[in-house]
Amino acid sequence: MRDIHVNDIISAVERLFIDANINLSENMYKAIGDAVEREKSPAGKEVLRELLKNADTAREEKMPICQDTGLAVTFLEIGQDVHIVGGDLTEAISEGVRRAYRNGYLRKSCCHPFSRKNTGDNTPPIIHVKIVPGDRMKITVLPKGGGSENYGEVRMLMPAQGKEGVKGFVLDMVRKGGPNPCPPIIVGVGIGSNFETSALLSKEALMVPVGTRHADDELAAMEMELLDEINKTGIGPQGYGGTVTALDVHIKMAPCHLASLPVAVNIQCHAHRMREAVL
Amino acid sequence: MTSDGNRLSGEGRDMGIKKIQTPLADDVIQSLKAGEKVLLSGFIYTARDAAHKRFAEALDAGEELPFDIRGQVIYYCGPAPAPPGKVIGSCGPTTSSRMDVYAPRLIGLGLKGMIGKGKRSGAVKKALQEHRAVYFGATGGAGALIARTVVASRVIAYEDLGPEAVVRLEVRDMPLFVINDTFAGDLYQEGMERYKR
Repeated sequence: MRDIHVNDIISAVERLFIDANINLSENMYKAIGDAVEREKSPAGKEVLRELLKNADTAREEKMPICQDTGLAVTFLEIGQDVHIVGGDLTEAISEGVRRAYRNGYLRKSCCHPFSRKNTGDNTPPIIHVKIVPGDRMKITVLPKGGGSENYGEVRMLMPAQGKEGVKGFVLDMVRKGGPNPCPPIIVGVGIGSNFETSALLSKEALMVPVGTRHADDELAAMEMELLDEINKTGIGPQGYGGTVTALDVHIKMAPCHLASLPVAVNIQCHAHRMREAVL
Repeated sequence: MTSDGNRLSGEGRDMGIKKIQTPLADDVIQSLKAGEKVLLSGFIYTARDAAHKRFAEALDAGEELPFDIRGQVIYYCGPAPAPPGKVIGSCGPTTSSRMDVYAPRLIGLGLKGMIGKGKRSGAVKKALQEHRAVYFGATGGAGALIARTVVASRVIAYEDLGPEAVVRLEVRDMPLFVINDTFAGDLYQEGMERYKR
């Protein structure tokens, strides 16, 4: 058993949410930079250049890349030999979020579904936990804005619809979103498992670095085909027309029921914010 | 830099980019075409979901809006808090379609411009043509860059709404694209058709 104190979790969560929101990752900066070269439309190129300039400005001014600093989505991989001491794990994550959104001048975007009253401190966070072998704890934060999240959906397809059905659904979702989810987007596709886990798979797919292909050849080819089709829609950066609508497509797949073919699509904006730390 | 001449006419040019000034004059509005880039200066008012709901409630109750919207521009934006020493935090646009249900009524009352991101409904586009108003796009996710164009900011209504309060911003050369003009022009539609393969 290895002890991890909640104070270390609180400070890691605070640091990760602030860093993710203010500093665009090197990988995303490069992906947008490369897209400037590929983009054919002048307005599209201009938007992409603005995004690079925005990332530089955010870093210099220590200001978030985007004012929508998201709901506090947090993934935990906890080693089964970890013993959390000094308090409550969920409360530690919440406290880290509270501190990050207050001390980092991040926007609090969490509210009551009907009254729309703001919870005031961006809690509660959304926490996904996996128990894994070992005595370490990995914390990954993925602050996610509402604009892109609104264009996600879970659909229970007929098994006979197969691969083509999945592709059609993904393209439908991208066309439906059009300019709204802040293209160039990243598309996460969760295939299989069941209703709720397909959605989680689609979010986990977003966590795969842009430019990385699936280890399985069939799925890697499907990712490439989808990316190509999405970039033929003409939507382009910010929807102003162009050839770079998506920066990447990632698939996560798991076995499903004999009777089902669940598919989930989760769309991410170009300000893809993610950070991780291992305690 | 905006020259005095530009300020008088409310329109000018610098490096080929048209400069416009709020409140928007009718001749300026009618000169704008979908797809064109402009630099906007003057006062604009932030309002998003909750503020629009209150506008509608105020109008239903026969009350005044918290500011005279005639000739004005509403920015669909909920800024991040201002860090110490800054005028404002990151302040990019939010998705406009959620305000579609409220916009035609405000356009009918004299609202001349909206800034946001994403597609508008048929009813909004029709109102733009009927009442001569324009919908501008700001780059979604470029909130830090846009914050640099804000020279002053003051909460003028609904402070209790936090990030959804109505804030009067003074902007200088805020970069925008004309999305929907008064002649049924639509950058999203035209841009997509042009690059579809």
